[in-house]
Amino acid sequence: MEFKTILFYVFSTVTVVAALRVITARNPVHAALFLVLAFFNVAGLWMLLQAEFLALALIMVYVGAVMVLFLFVVMMLDINIERVRAGFWSNLPLGILVGGLLAAEMAAVLTGRYFGLANLPPHDLPANHSNTKELARVLYTDYAYPLEIASVILLVAIIVAVTLTLRRRKDTKTMQASAQIAVKAKDRMRLVKMASEVEESAPAAKQGEQA
Amino acid sequence: MEATVLHFFEWLWGPLWEPLWAFVKPVWPLIWTLAKIVLIMSPLLLSVAYLTFWERKIIGWMQVRIGPNRVGPWGLLQPIADGMKLFFKEVLFPTAADKKLFVLGPIMAIAPALAAWAVIPFSPGWVLTNVDAGVLYLLAISSVGVYGIIVSGWASNSKYPFFAAMRASAQMISYEISMGLALITVLMVSNSLNLTEIVGAQSKGLFAGMGAGFLSWNWLPLLPMFAVYLISGVAETNRAPFDVVEGESEIVAGHMVEYSGMAFAMFFLAEYANMILIAAMTSIFFLGGWLSPVGFLPDGFHWMAAKMAAILFFFLWIRATFPRYRYDQIMRLGWKVFIPLTLVWILGVGIWMMSPLTVWK
Repeated sequence: MEFKTILFYVFSTVTVVAALRVITARNPVHAALFLVLAFFNVAGLWMLLQAEFLALALIMVYVGAVMVLFLFVVMMLDINIERVRAGFWSNLPLGILVGGLLAAEMAAVLTGRYFGLANLPPHDLPANHSNTKELARVLYTDYAYPLEIASVILLVAIIVAVTLTLRRRKDTKTMQASAQIAVKAKDRMRLVKMASEVEESAPAAKQGEQA
Repeated sequence: MEATVLHFFEWLWGPLWEPLWAFVKPVWPLIWTLAKIVLIMSPLLLSVAYLTFWERKIIGWMQVRIGPNRVGPWGLLQPIADGMKLFFKEVLFPTAADKKLFVLGPIMAIAPALAAWAVIPFSPGWVLTNVDAGVLYLLAISSVGVYGIIVSGWASNSKYPFFAAMRASAQMISYEISMGLALITVLMVSNSLNLTEIVGAQSKGLFAGMGAGFLSWNWLPLLPMFAVYLISGVAETNRAPFDVVEGESEIVAGHMVEYSGMAFAMFFLAEYANMILIAAMTSIFFLGGWLSPVGFLPDGFHWMAAKMAAILFFFLWIRATFPRYRYDQIMRLGWKVFIPLTLVWILGVGIWMMSPLTVWK
């Protein structure tokens, strides 16, 4: 057995087990961390397919940013897992239907001739083949307009997300960073020059000590 | 180098070599890789130990104190003594802690800090794996480092660690973005994601031809990005003045409150390994890696070591100099200053590269 084959089985076994634990773990934080583990192993699988850009982008975007924010939210919520699980049996038929549909679609894509998988170039690419460069070349030349449209849609989504959650409250006090930086020491503090005070009752105290 | 080592073993074992080699051959690549990993890790961990010592000495001198000087000559055995002490301390588990994640936290902090070194080149050919997507790998691995803090902060089941986890997840994600955007300009001018090639691209240019190579390195044409990258690097490693994650005056030591012994030491190792990593990355991306600053001196690893030492000194220097940033100021600097600046600069560098005034050909 080739070493890559062993790696494939290791990655895929851990992916499946972690994915199962995502939906069976009782603690939501554990479930989110199992999802991170699943992402990592999927990235390993993609790396085996020489799709290093996708694999590293998956870790960077999903593990490094999305799941961190997700954990951030999950950690702060007090989720009652029993209540979440309450409707399990009544929702099961719908779940099986959706899951079955997904599996059927995937089978149709992977086994069908529509995508011409049989005509794909052989997989043994030279060692210096850069998947990232190829991807960039195709994205920014052949598919430049779809990419631009997709990025504009994403930008609009960002702006909408910000405006939806942006509520300006009148009663909050905010700090003006530029005003704070512009402050000079002489605006806040006044140095007064004065002669030093001399204690007048000093001899009297001395006499008191002697007595 | 591999051939030389094999030759040496052949000479060492003499006639016994043939049967031994037949036995070893299938696993030889594994042994060779492990040997290289040990070769990178042991100096790294030694540097981590002495970086802590150096930090205490530097800050001591800056504050007109002496610093550690009792253990060994000039206090040089201090880090060994500290390590031994932490090694023999008991690792305590809080009653309400999530035991499994409590153990996992320090491991998740140190694993990315060490794994990132797999793609760092120290000199031409001195690299564990010379991958084409080296920069992406570094960005991906360093973005995982935040999990150590989040997991340990949550698993401790205590207020201060939890604050640290929330602060860390906000701060490290913010500064990752500006770090990545600053690197995009480097990728644009060097036309590669490979770290060795990024250094190679800095050896060419007008000034390099005149014998003043240090003016051709990326720091000068990309000066604002160099500053953004270095400051984001300080924030990314949660060092002063961006150390609100630990913030000993507010939340005692953040995610490390409940940890003791070796578990605590692992956070410490991770922090200093990350500092050295940022120093190595800055010297590769902006300061020409192992390239010599002037034409008449040869290139070599010593230059890279010197640049890393200078950046590490900068880390310690600002720790001794600046007071801690306020939390809202940290967020403001990351999102309202660095990210717009890097976005504009990417556009500017793109226009510069396409204009007749370009310095990159």
